[in-house]
Amino acid sequence: MSVFTEYKNKLPKKILDEIKEYTKDLSEAKIKKVLEMTLIEYEGAKVEAGECVGIVSAESIGEPGTQMTLNTFHFAGVAEMNVTMGLPRIIEILDGRSKLATPMMEIYLNKDHSKGSDIRKLALSIKETLLGEVISELTVNMADSSIELKLDSEKMGDFGITEHVVNEAIKNSIKGYNVRNNKDSIVLKAKSKEDGINQVYLDKEKIKKVHLKGIKGITQVLPVKRGDEYIIITAGSNLKLILELDFVDSTRTTTNDIFEIEKVLGVEAARQAIINEVYKVIESQGLDVDIRHIMLVADTMCNSGSVKGITRYGVVSEKSSVLARASFETPLRHIINAALIGEEDKLNSVVENVMLNQPIPVGTGLPGLVTKVKK
Amino acid sequence: MSEVYINSRFVGTIDEPRLFIEKLKEERRRGKLDSNINVYHDEKSDIVEIECGKGRARRPLIVVKEGQPLLTEKHVKQLEKDEISWGDLIKQGVLEYIDAAEEENCYTAFFDSEITPEHTHLEITPLAMLGLASSLVPYANFNQSTRLNAGSKNQKQSLGFYVSNFSLRMDMDVNLLHEPQIPLVQTIMHEISDYDKHPSGQNLIVAIMSYKGYNMEDAIILNRGSIERGLARSSYYRPSIAEELRYAGGLVDEVSIPDKDVKGYKSEKDYRFLEPDGIIYPEAGIKEGDVIIGKTSPPRFLSSLDEYNLASSTRRESSVGVKHGEKGVVDFVLITENEEGNKLVQVRVRDERVPEVGDKFTSRHGQKGVVGLIVPEGDIPFSASGIKPDLIFSPHGIPSRMTIAHLIELVGGKVGALNSRYINGTTFDAEPEEKLRKELLGLGFRENGTETLYNGETGEAYQAKIYIGNMYYLKLKHMVANKLHSRARGPIQLLTRQPTEGRAKEGGLRLGEMEKDTFVAHGASLLLKERFDSDKTIVPVCEGCGLIAVRDEFKNKSYCPVCGDNSEISFIEVSYAFKLILDEFKSLCIYPKLFLKGKY
Repeated sequence: MSVFTEYKNKLPKKILDEIKEYTKDLSEAKIKKVLEMTLIEYEGAKVEAGECVGIVSAESIGEPGTQMTLNTFHFAGVAEMNVTMGLPRIIEILDGRSKLATPMMEIYLNKDHSKGSDIRKLALSIKETLLGEVISELTVNMADSSIELKLDSEKMGDFGITEHVVNEAIKNSIKGYNVRNNKDSIVLKAKSKEDGINQVYLDKEKIKKVHLKGIKGITQVLPVKRGDEYIIITAGSNLKLILELDFVDSTRTTTNDIFEIEKVLGVEAARQAIINEVYKVIESQGLDVDIRHIMLVADTMCNSGSVKGITRYGVVSEKSSVLARASFETPLRHIINAALIGEEDKLNSVVENVMLNQPIPVGTGLPGLVTKVKK
Repeated sequence: MSEVYINSRFVGTIDEPRLFIEKLKEERRRGKLDSNINVYHDEKSDIVEIECGKGRARRPLIVVKEGQPLLTEKHVKQLEKDEISWGDLIKQGVLEYIDAAEEENCYTAFFDSEITPEHTHLEITPLAMLGLASSLVPYANFNQSTRLNAGSKNQKQSLGFYVSNFSLRMDMDVNLLHEPQIPLVQTIMHEISDYDKHPSGQNLIVAIMSYKGYNMEDAIILNRGSIERGLARSSYYRPSIAEELRYAGGLVDEVSIPDKDVKGYKSEKDYRFLEPDGIIYPEAGIKEGDVIIGKTSPPRFLSSLDEYNLASSTRRESSVGVKHGEKGVVDFVLITENEEGNKLVQVRVRDERVPEVGDKFTSRHGQKGVVGLIVPEGDIPFSASGIKPDLIFSPHGIPSRMTIAHLIELVGGKVGALNSRYINGTTFDAEPEEKLRKELLGLGFRENGTETLYNGETGEAYQAKIYIGNMYYLKLKHMVANKLHSRARGPIQLLTRQPTEGRAKEGGLRLGEMEKDTFVAHGASLLLKERFDSDKTIVPVCEGCGLIAVRDEFKNKSYCPVCGDNSEISFIEVSYAFKLILDEFKSLCIYPKLFLKGKY
């Protein structure tokens, strides 16, 4: 084992472990030889100083991206639930949009529940049920400004909702009414008629949105078997509340909403979520992009401490160079703002130097000569 | 109760729409109502729409009554004898024009053998559903519709015999095919349109095979022997125009050989073809840079014509020369006057175009391609009877495009050439393929159109039988001679000092944003800088205020207009475009201050 200690700081642990695995029955000298050669290969594979990784990443993601546009069409909607995939999804992620077209969660369950015996019940308990879904009839009586709602007992049974729950929910969220239970209907009578009939109509709409049970934002649930355990896939996302549930395996449960992940788990988790989500799309399109390119993009989006999209309001606005910012959309705004505060452009990056026809500080343009000049 | 609309305007209701329409049509056919009226019954929503406005596409059909077309043998005979005309048939109600809406209520038969008592109309000919260019495609009903579109589009770009008085005309940018031929495989439209008076292609012997890979990706191979015998040779005509314009102050242009002291005088050699009147003589062979019409103009600004310059030498040279990249022979000289009575000189230049690698050819089935190789006649494959193809077409162009008519035309052309007759390939009404094959067999050839070909280089027989026959090929107007372009140094734009754009201006080929990125990605920093050197300038910069200073070469000194003579001034190299943006900033009242630092 002594041979390995020497290389402990020179090679990554994963590679060392692999070598250990494969060289079990070799002599120490031979192992040393293997390690030597590996180190040479490893050093040779490293990115050199001055390598323009950003543009290489941009080209490496951009070129396969052009093929993706065409494919997008066919794959949309094939999955069990309607999920944005393909280019629109990539744009959504990289632009850093906080409102997703199709938010989605994958909920893993604890050992006790993952066998699937009570999966339907659990799934339904998560699903957000609104009052509107269990009402069969909703009428407004203008004469005595009251609202009468008939409940659909069949649906109530399906969702496991009792009349009591409905009563409580209405009492909590709709104020200013006397609630009375008739036979299979509930009547809300306004306490005062001062607010007028308009208010009653507004409240009628509000009643439909009254939250009865489940978790806010989860509009659809779908229990699926993955491997030999059952998980719940949901449309709509609410990571914070889901993680609080005791039957949920909080170590594996995820959402595709990056901003939610950032809010609940922090920016590092958001970075990983960006990588996972972008990679998932690229993989599903049958394209092959090295994950490190995506990592670089995710790092750029997160390095300010919060998730920023690659737009003129996000990452681009963080650039230090006035000219670089001006060369990317809305030039006048950037130049005038720069003039107002007397900004200075140090000409440190690529675009500015291309504009000035100066050598760009990457690759062969990076090194300078430092020498003492005789005075 | 049906609602009735005339030209989309509600006019009233009727109870019996069917009877009403029946009556209306009857009146129209009898000539009581104008033949431009069309009526449409929308049975679903029970609306009767009568249209007589303009802008409706309409087409003629034969009226059918009780299972009998109204057009009879008698009419046809009368038509042939010129006793009646088309217009008479419409007046008699034998033919009528149907618009898109009325067509919905019609039940139209393709051929009169198909007519049943329910039919209301009969096609004059199925060809009538195609336009002029599409009906010129033989066997078009065997092609995929997209290919038919492409085929008829290509025909519009073909070179041919566009007018017979071309020698008197001064058309811009015109091509003439030298030996146009009538197609062997024709449609009835060729006859109707007098195609034999303005043909636009040639019947070539086409072999469908590959040849050393020079006909992959839609390229075609030409036989050099055929080209030398005049195949697809054409002339390109372009007139040059000069006018003696009049300017304010009684000054005029003058067509003449410019004096040596004229501003912008080229060189004596460039004017060598000009006769004393300043115009070139016919049949002069000219190339780039030569002057066609010598002309001088008065100076641009009158102020420069002050007392110090009494001599007339300030006139400008404004001759018309041969355009960049062109050559030719002077064909025709015309001297006349324009509307204002000014002298107008037009000189037509002709250039013979022999087919070369890169010229575009097509059959009539959207099978266009570019010449990939011109093979010496000795190396061309030949058949047992000594036939050599003029053109070799790649078999890979066929399966994906499904242009079956292309293949049928080839056999048809072969039969036509061997039997010295034209083949009728009219869409939906052509000579059947089986008949052609039988005829070919009777002529002593293999029935399927293939022949054993022999390698022109080794004389060995090819193992595969080669499909070979005659096809009508068109030379298209896109010729490399008009498009070839390259540049190392050349003209620049006045404002930005960057290279001009476009072939006509001898422009540069832009290295764009994404191309720039590839340089960056390679880290080729200094190469990138060099590529973008085209507008580099050296500007003096005042180190005091950071603005661009002034360099006075006469006094051999530099000074800053802001800080005066004593400020330190350094020279820096930047792109002229950057100097421009600094100027623009200044015009926006933004102070772009440059801080200079030693490079080392």
